[in-house]
Amino acid sequence: MSTIDAWVARQRERASQLPGAALPWLARRRADAIARFADLGWPTSRLEGWRHTSLAFLDQQALAAPAFAPHPAFALATLRAAFDEGDHWLVFVDGRFAPVLSVTGMLPAGVKAGALSEALNSAPDAVEAAFGSADDSASPYALNLALCSDGAFVHLARGTALEQPLHLVFIGATGAADTHLRNLIVADANSEATVVEHHVGGGATLGTVVTRVQAAQDARITHVKLQQQDAQAIHLAQIEAEQARGAYFASHSLSFGARLARNDIRTRFAGEGCETLFNGLYHVDGRRHVDHHTLIEHARPLGTSREYYRGLVDGNARGVFAGRIIVAQDAQRTDAIQRCDNLLLSRLAEADARPELEIYADDVKCAHGATVGQIDEDALFYLRARGIDTDHARQLLTYAFAAEVIERIAHAAVRKRGRGLLLSSLPGGARMEALQ
Amino acid sequence: MLKINNLHAAVDGKAILKGLNLEVGSGEVHAIMGPNGSGKSTLAQVLAGRDSFTVTDGSVDWDGTDLLALPAEERARAGLFLAFQYPVEIPGVSNAYFLKAAVNAVRRHRGLPEYDAMDFLARVKAEMKAVGMKEEFLYRSVNEGFSGGEKKRNEVLQMALLEPRLAVLDETDSGLDIDALKIVAEGVNRLRSPERSMIVITHYQRLLDYIVPDKVHVLSQGRIVRSGGRELALELEAHGYGWIDADGKAAAAASGARS
Repeated sequence: MSTIDAWVARQRERASQLPGAALPWLARRRADAIARFADLGWPTSRLEGWRHTSLAFLDQQALAAPAFAPHPAFALATLRAAFDEGDHWLVFVDGRFAPVLSVTGMLPAGVKAGALSEALNSAPDAVEAAFGSADDSASPYALNLALCSDGAFVHLARGTALEQPLHLVFIGATGAADTHLRNLIVADANSEATVVEHHVGGGATLGTVVTRVQAAQDARITHVKLQQQDAQAIHLAQIEAEQARGAYFASHSLSFGARLARNDIRTRFAGEGCETLFNGLYHVDGRRHVDHHTLIEHARPLGTSREYYRGLVDGNARGVFAGRIIVAQDAQRTDAIQRCDNLLLSRLAEADARPELEIYADDVKCAHGATVGQIDEDALFYLRARGIDTDHARQLLTYAFAAEVIERIAHAAVRKRGRGLLLSSLPGGARMEALQ
Repeated sequence: MLKINNLHAAVDGKAILKGLNLEVGSGEVHAIMGPNGSGKSTLAQVLAGRDSFTVTDGSVDWDGTDLLALPAEERARAGLFLAFQYPVEIPGVSNAYFLKAAVNAVRRHRGLPEYDAMDFLARVKAEMKAVGMKEEFLYRSVNEGFSGGEKKRNEVLQMALLEPRLAVLDETDSGLDIDALKIVAEGVNRLRSPERSMIVITHYQRLLDYIVPDKVHVLSQGRIVRSGGRELALELEAHGYGWIDADGKAAAAASGARS
């Protein structure tokens, strides 16, 4: 029997408890979203874009709550130790804002960062404008809209800059069967911030997250996602940005955890002269699965996009990357580069890397490339010829291959955290700590 | 003492070394010269333990150890050093990390205490000064973006740090201008000692103006066809490799007739 009806029933049950339940526009969008989800069902491999990542199994199985999750205060202490004192923290436990664990006292004037559930009371109009609809979402993200219980609402007024990063931390603690989070980042003209989204610990067996970014003229937003969930988690996430003239948006996605992680990341250049960096790294082993589907839409002229993804695929795991770049007819003098390189660390590992360029303008520079390979034998021999044993040499080269992605993160403490995560996810990482 | 006896080696089923004999005594410096394709680099790689070459016959005895039985890393730890003709770039691994990992692997094997970060830095900085390398090269990725001369200096630096018993220098002069060549040769000469043997592989005689060998061997068609003193190198310089190639072919034909 299909579980779709159960999800619809669950939404009906929860609707009155969800934040903003009294807001008619929100109730309407949630109703539309669950209807869309019920109509589409879970994506299967028959669907373009989900060919390698079928969620059909979710249609058959009821979700059980996970057996173990760390105490949120413990998980958070470890996390915060890695960063500067002055950083800002919004912490969510089991899909709900945890004010006692959050630290936002030092935000500069003009910068608001708080829970979406609170913003729906204090600034419903601003939330409505940024909330988005499920009209053309894939079904998991329609489900997200219908069920989202909280998330972050961030507003940067014109010309404001957040020097220290804002951390959004999502911790699973009691082991809810599902959580649905929605983050809204609204950056007015000339504002600037780095937002780090951490997904840690056990928690939800099924988690959906949608992060929406609006970057107004000349705004500069860097989004870093660090996903290190437990090995039973299913993580379905969408990051969608829209950039006005001259805006910069960077998306860094480091995916180390979860049984199945799907990231749909996209941006649209709605004004001239936009710039974006899509930078990603994934490491999967065992029978785990990771999928990044990205879309960069050059809708206007003079846009620059750089996209670099690297994957480490071990065991029986599978890594999927599909990078779509659309250059509209009007988007003359577009400059786009896309690369995806995978390192297969076992004979049974599998990687798919698919670039997809649709170019309708004639004055453009677009380059792309995708590789799936093994460790470079020349480099391996060079290290061995210096007395370094084969295992260590392999680990070192694996680390080095992956670390190139992390080096593109501009913020030093975040970069260091990224290196630390990479080392802790690699076999033999402990003895390479000096590389951090 | 290194004794190479009747060494045959092949790559992808193609025979390259075809019965090479060579003896290098303690503290001696031997030059191996030869035209392109004669097997010079193959000899270097086989001695260092590259798996893509298959030894099909012969033996290499190194102070009583069967060298060919050891994997590459164990040869290095036991004191064999290959200076690469084309040092490999390793983006993402700092030279400092790489050098320390290598030095400590060798020191562990020799029963010496591993260097801590401070001791290592002091040692490596002194050696870098000796080969004229700036300190910034410690913090750059291994060989990445280094010029030809910088890469070769980095090789000599590694040799100085690893203190090998046997160093094989594979065309260390290739791609160097005369100033870089002199600096590299100085570095090598500084490391000459009664306990350290060296095999210097080169296409050109000019390196031997600066690293003066005890013996010179000419390699052709996978075997040594002439051995002599330094004057042999000068003779090659004057007459080229043409006559040696003919000799090599003659020797190969004679050996074919015998078998």
